[in-house]
Amino acid sequence: MSRRALAGPPQNTNRFAMHDVLSRTKPISADTRIRITARDVNVFYGATQAIRTISMDIPDCAVTAFIGPSGCGKSTFLRCFNRMNDTIEGARVEGRIEIDGEDIYTPDLDVVELRARIGMVFQKPNPFPKSIFDNVAYGPRIHGLVRTRGETEEVVERSLQRAGLWKEVKDRLHEPGTGLSGGQQQRLCIARAIAVGPEVILMDEPCSALDPIATAVIEELIDELRTNYTIVLVTHSMQQAARVSQKTAFFHLGKLIEYGDTEQVFTRPAERQTEDYISGKIG
Amino acid sequence: MAEIDKSGQSAMIDQADERRHIIRQGLGRRRRNEAIFRSLGLAAALSAFGFVVVLFGNIVASGLPAFWQVNIETEVTFDPEVVNIEERPVLQPGQSVAEYRREDLAWQRRVSLANWNALIEAAIRQHAPDSDVDTRSILSIVDPNARFVLRDMVIENPGIVGETVPIRLLGSANADNWIKGTIDRSLPDHRQQLSPEARALADALHEEGVMRMRFASHLFTNVDSRVAPASAGLAGAFMGSLYMMLIVIVLAVPIGVASAIYLEEFAPQNRLTDLIEVNINNLAAVPSIVFGLLGAAVFINVFGLPLSAPLAGGLVLTLMTLPTIIIATRSSLRAVPPSLRQAALGLGASHTQMVFHHVLPVTYPGILTASILGVAQALGETAPLLLIGMNAFVANIPTSPLDQSTALPVQIFLWQGNENRNFFEPRTFATIIVLLGLMLSLNALAIYLRSRFEKRK
Amino acid sequence: MSSFILATILLIVMALAYQMGLSRSRQVAAASGGRMHSRPQYHGALVALWTVVPLLLVLVLWLLLGDMVTRWLVVATLPPDLVERGGAPLSEAMQRIEAIASGVGVIGEVEPYERAAAERLQQVRLYLRAAAIILATVLAAGGLIHARRRITTRTRARNEVELVIRGLLIFCSIVAILTTIGIVVSLVFETIRFFSFVHPLDFFFGTVWNPRYAVTGDAATGSYGMLPLLWGTVMIAGIAMLVAIPIGLMTAIYLSQYAPARVRSVVKPVVEVLAGIPTIVYGFFALVTVGPFLSSTARMLGFSINTTSALTAGLVMGVMIIPFISSLSDDIIRQVPAAMRDGSYGLGATKSETIRKVILPAALPGIVGAILLAVSRAIGETMIVLLAAGNSPVLRFDPTEPTSTITVTIVAQMFGDSDFAAPQSLVAFALGLTLFVITLCLNIVALYIVRRYREQYE
Repeated sequence: MSRRALAGPPQNTNRFAMHDVLSRTKPISADTRIRITARDVNVFYGATQAIRTISMDIPDCAVTAFIGPSGCGKSTFLRCFNRMNDTIEGARVEGRIEIDGEDIYTPDLDVVELRARIGMVFQKPNPFPKSIFDNVAYGPRIHGLVRTRGETEEVVERSLQRAGLWKEVKDRLHEPGTGLSGGQQQRLCIARAIAVGPEVILMDEPCSALDPIATAVIEELIDELRTNYTIVLVTHSMQQAARVSQKTAFFHLGKLIEYGDTEQVFTRPAERQTEDYISGKIG
Repeated sequence: MAEIDKSGQSAMIDQADERRHIIRQGLGRRRRNEAIFRSLGLAAALSAFGFVVVLFGNIVASGLPAFWQVNIETEVTFDPEVVNIEERPVLQPGQSVAEYRREDLAWQRRVSLANWNALIEAAIRQHAPDSDVDTRSILSIVDPNARFVLRDMVIENPGIVGETVPIRLLGSANADNWIKGTIDRSLPDHRQQLSPEARALADALHEEGVMRMRFASHLFTNVDSRVAPASAGLAGAFMGSLYMMLIVIVLAVPIGVASAIYLEEFAPQNRLTDLIEVNINNLAAVPSIVFGLLGAAVFINVFGLPLSAPLAGGLVLTLMTLPTIIIATRSSLRAVPPSLRQAALGLGASHTQMVFHHVLPVTYPGILTASILGVAQALGETAPLLLIGMNAFVANIPTSPLDQSTALPVQIFLWQGNENRNFFEPRTFATIIVLLGLMLSLNALAIYLRSRFEKRK
Repeated sequence: MSSFILATILLIVMALAYQMGLSRSRQVAAASGGRMHSRPQYHGALVALWTVVPLLLVLVLWLLLGDMVTRWLVVATLPPDLVERGGAPLSEAMQRIEAIASGVGVIGEVEPYERAAAERLQQVRLYLRAAAIILATVLAAGGLIHARRRITTRTRARNEVELVIRGLLIFCSIVAILTTIGIVVSLVFETIRFFSFVHPLDFFFGTVWNPRYAVTGDAATGSYGMLPLLWGTVMIAGIAMLVAIPIGLMTAIYLSQYAPARVRSVVKPVVEVLAGIPTIVYGFFALVTVGPFLSSTARMLGFSINTTSALTAGLVMGVMIIPFISSLSDDIIRQVPAAMRDGSYGLGATKSETIRKVILPAALPGIVGAILLAVSRAIGETMIVLLAAGNSPVLRFDPTEPTSTITVTIVAQMFGDSDFAAPQSLVAFALGLTLFVITLCLNIVALYIVRRYREQYE
């Protein structure tokens, strides 16, 4: 795994080549359903404020990319949607976040149920120290979604197929998941998230530990998944954002600077800071 | 199910609703399991915490009373009729030292044979003038060592004969039990240690204020005693432990630190180094009793070191402590950032200079803590010392590491086996308090020194 | 006192030699005007070494051989019949001579030969001491002059000093190896001697332990079956683990996963205090508090537990081992990467599901290693069992009855004046070897597992 990580993420060798890349993404139509709404969200870690009054709407069946320099709060904001910030001691979230019109920060909402609806894929592939099969079956099993062995096998196969991993692993489902390559591990983690049947998938820099080839495979997968899921993607690679997303949000120092269709953000940024970042002057 | 995915939005929403329903149904059970698991964890942590509290509570509650003992405060008249002794011999010109010593010993023996108990009896009788209590009963409430206290007073100051002086004598162990109530007062006569007259006398004296509780400072200044348990003390065991600690500090700390430095900084990566490494890790987990066998076979049998001597004990404890110190020192050496090493080497320091001038000073707090903890561990060790004869009864304070001696933890072992359970049980707990107090202060010292070191940097 | 003076002299000589080397190297440096290979301190240290090492050698020789030589020379002057008788009269005579020579004098008449021998003794002592001093001075001075002459700009003093330092370091790390060799050799040697009295099969597979009392030089008159002791050891260790594993592991889980930082910072060190308490304290606690408590509780409930029993010792030993398991497991659980925990939470698992199904399986090898280390500790524990298990080496399966273990029997057989010729005390070494081999295997396996586990997450 570490040997692959050495290859590093794809480098932005030419930041001005965005136009070519963007030609592949189309702006989404105005009548798309809004899945997630955030209003005046503030996040504090102890005394420091990590997110400063952010409001935004995230559309269904599309990829929304969060970009910005390191420490700008994009990951923190992403973690608000499935309340992963709850696991960090001293973190406090203010404001209102709704998914399909339901406030997810009401006291009577169970985070377990919320997280079953909102899958998450992490920066480093983190398969459990179990077999490939058990990794994928983990979620359905704990939530009681499968009762028989047959049901489990069905869910595992379907999820692996969706994650584009089935062909590669179908003959070694009972080998440990940690034995796969980095890109395969990350797709295994995506399959694991899909297996629970989420409506939203949060991806926190899913390709940052992968080599360019594995990254391309994952990006392709993200593009396919968008037909069925709402995807929010945090990335430090502007090219990746441009390649796979339909909406892009630019964060800086805990603030949302600009949010709009990907094509518009990259070609005609409304804000000076966005332009500086995209052209490589900051970040 | 694969078709459903393709059959459009509404089917998907149905499916999602069904999933949510299933998940919600399971929530109650899962929350309950969560609560059970969590409370099991809490219960475990609380019981572990509770054990500490019970253990320490029990030790303190049982041991503290033993720090106070019954004393008899009265006046003794050194009756010249009873204390009829000649002048102490002095070294005559032309007399050999050996001859003089013999005469002096004979004189001391004569002095000891004087009827000191009669003085004690008389002193106590004045507090119970009309009682017809017998001599045995009177003497049974006084520590048997009291007569030597009077004798030593006379030897030190012969002019005292004929005078009446105020004095504080220890009560006997049985009197102590009776007054403190550590023996059941309702037991029938034949199961009591003191005669009914002696018990009545003790009560009367206690009421008068002649018998009263005093802090048992002799616990720290006297040596162990078989005939006079009340005046037995820990001084011998304390000195034995001290000698062993000194040996451990002088040997284990430098050798341990040096081998840690070698293994961590100099040793080439080869089979021998691997072997030493595995060997040290194993040595750290070898039962202490095996070290005792080593001591008995090698130090006593082959090298001919004296049995029961702190020297042999100290060497055994040194070997036992060594792995602890090596392992802890190595881990603090490993924690030194490589940047510091590179900086030193970059400035042209040799490897040895880099280690001794730059790396080692940073690890002083760690090494210090490791050493103190190792010494504290050695201080509490008992089993190996039993195998090299340190459980022998020793009535003198050892003056060198070659003298016979015992140690604090061994003293606990010796006292717990004493037949006078009522008296020695609290006493053993008191010894445990002393031992734990020493260990705690060593640990506190480690913490204090470390914080001072860290502040200075 | 004299050793104090000696040490002071050594230190002074060392300091002087160091200074001379230091100033000489400065002179050389100034005279040649060139760069010295090594800094003056190293030249000083080298000169000091050349001076002090011969001194120390002479001192050690004198300490080792001085008394022997003296005695030999003095004995030569004694009447031959006394020397031939040897034994107690000879050593008594030597004591008298010693006393006369030291000026204390003796009681009774001083025989002419005694006086002569005493004078001889004084003389020999004086000459030997003088010889030692002269030899030491000559050698030290020689070393000093030689080392001082060697100082040139090119002398690689630093390398030489570093070589000496390295040699010392290597010597120190060999001590640990020597310890192990010492343990193995002495145990094996005495065990072989024991097996000349008792057949190994009778020892390892015998079910009766009854060595009788040691009669000096007596042949094997008792039975030396080890199985009752081994069973007692296993039973007590088993009871201890039954207490320590659940409590220790759950404590580790609670403290590392659930407890707020403040609770953790109080409870963790307090629980670890249990590990620092000497085992004799636990033993006494078991004997006077836990044993009677268990026994009276059982009586109230209508059955019987002996005050000293396998149960008492096992329970208290379990308490002793709790911190051992809890702090090792705590470390191991904390080494499980946080990403794995987050992955499970992200899928909607509850905390306990995450711990049971992800963290514990990931930490399992490490925890197993920790438990094996704890077992080896339980098996080697002596004082608790010695005080609280009742020392009754009979093959019994009831934990409420007294029992005995390998460690206790080692102590019991070595008690008092151990005569190394009788099987009654030699058996202690055979038991010790058995114990050593068992714990060694456990330790090697445990350390291997823990090491593999650490490497996995590094």
